[in-house]
Amino acid sequence: MVAHAIFFYVFSIIAVISAIMVTVSKNTVHSVFFLILDFISISCLFIMIGAEFLGMIMLIVYVGAVAVLFLFVVMMLNVAQQKNQWFNSDATSSSHIPIGLIISTIIFFELIIVVGGWKYKPELSNPNTTTQISNEISNTHSLGQVLYTDYIHIFQISGMILLIAMIGAIVLTFRRREGLKTQSYLKQISRERSEGIEVLEVQSNKGVKIDD
Amino acid sequence: MEYINLVFEEVYKIFFLLVPVLVSVAMIVWLDRRVWAFVQKRQGPNVVGPFGLLQSLADALKYIFKEIIIPASSNKIIFILAPIITMTLALIAWAVIPFGEDQVLANINVGILYIFAVSSLGVYGIIMGGWASNSKYPFLGSIRSAAQMVSYEVSIGIIIINVLLCVGSLNLSDIVIAQQNMWFIIPLFPMFVIFFISALAETNRPPFDLPEAEAELVAGYQTEYSGMMYAMFWLGEYANILLMCALGSILFLGGWLSPIDLYPFNLVPGVIWLILKILLLFILFALVKAVVPRYRYDQLMRLGWKIFLPFSLIYVVLTASYLFYFNLLPTL
Repeated sequence: MVAHAIFFYVFSIIAVISAIMVTVSKNTVHSVFFLILDFISISCLFIMIGAEFLGMIMLIVYVGAVAVLFLFVVMMLNVAQQKNQWFNSDATSSSHIPIGLIISTIIFFELIIVVGGWKYKPELSNPNTTTQISNEISNTHSLGQVLYTDYIHIFQISGMILLIAMIGAIVLTFRRREGLKTQSYLKQISRERSEGIEVLEVQSNKGVKIDD
Repeated sequence: MEYINLVFEEVYKIFFLLVPVLVSVAMIVWLDRRVWAFVQKRQGPNVVGPFGLLQSLADALKYIFKEIIIPASSNKIIFILAPIITMTLALIAWAVIPFGEDQVLANINVGILYIFAVSSLGVYGIIMGGWASNSKYPFLGSIRSAAQMVSYEVSIGIIIINVLLCVGSLNLSDIVIAQQNMWFIIPLFPMFVIFFISALAETNRPPFDLPEAEAELVAGYQTEYSGMMYAMFWLGEYANILLMCALGSILFLGGWLSPIDLYPFNLVPGVIWLILKILLLFILFALVKAVVPRYRYDQLMRLGWKIFLPFSLIYVVLTASYLFYFNLLPTL
């Protein structure tokens, strides 16, 4: 159990420090790299409590896809502007700080309410859970057993919300540019020999007139 | 004391897994070049050692003694970190590959997800290298590579779902054991073809080697690298290719199982069968490199999103309905 505790503290210290570094590091690309480190150490913590499926999904979805897109966007910015302006003293950037403070205070109180309720009124947070977690089957199986039976509607609704968000993002940003030359595979395949070439009898010293 | 012994035993096992993997990476670089040369009616590397077998070792020696140049305007920490990450990620995925019944370093429940996660992390080595070089060609190469690898991971994930529907477990050994009656290449042949092409794109092999297209981008994300750091990118890339071949033979070609379950074939150890299958897939990889011209970028994206993704999704529905209708779904 000592080894378990040591690993737990190593991963959680890395997670907390990298979470702090996300907000304070000067370079935005470094911030994203610290965010990735944070995701990885949190998925290690998931694996340590025996939720190996959640840990792996966390790695695949957040680190393998979401953070790649973050990096993509951040790297597209001009390199000279890749400085975090939050802690500079000029007037335009420091106006963000009050809003950030308000949001973080709200999140802090929400956390207090949730954790307090879970600690002192545990019957509020888990209503009528019929399935017991057994150690016989792997947690992938047990997740599947509740996700597609008891919670199927919530699962479907969250899928729908994600789909709508995705379609909305595409609709908002999609614009068709004029005068763009694109390749049409159907057109290319359906071309016949007779449309493409024409065989002409060329007389000597006369030449041929095309495009008439 | 017992604890220390346990740790040493693990280190010993890891050592005897990694050394053969690294040696075989060096050998398949040679094999790749030879196959490529034979398709083009050349000899290929045939001078160093018998049949040129030691060519990769000679190359490695050359890389080790070359100077490592770090560009002045680069981001030094990330620049050095990038090849290390590529190499490490290519090697740690081998921990869950089963070489035979119970011949596996870590027999974890979610083995296939682990491999999938590690291979999706592989894109970071390339992005970090390209960005930290602070130069145009590497940056363009890494941006291309990020988009390409993320796109083709999606179709690989859905292909894996097809296999998992037939197995009912995420453990790699269970996947192999489920193929005892019939290898999955027979019922899922279209998926095998798509997996093979997606694996080519995932490992940045020709015809999808746009991140390092030498005709447009010098060497893509590797342009600023030299010496041992370049060699580490190279090794990581080939270790990834071997890993994809191993994954393909576990998912579709029955892993360590012998092709015919009869007397003389049963005696051959499973490791030999697995190695033969990996070699078969790798020779296919090398042949594709020699015969197919490079894709254009928009064609690559079209293939990934508009053809492979819908087709593999439809195949998931078909597989699930077939298994459900004939009551073949795996149970606990």
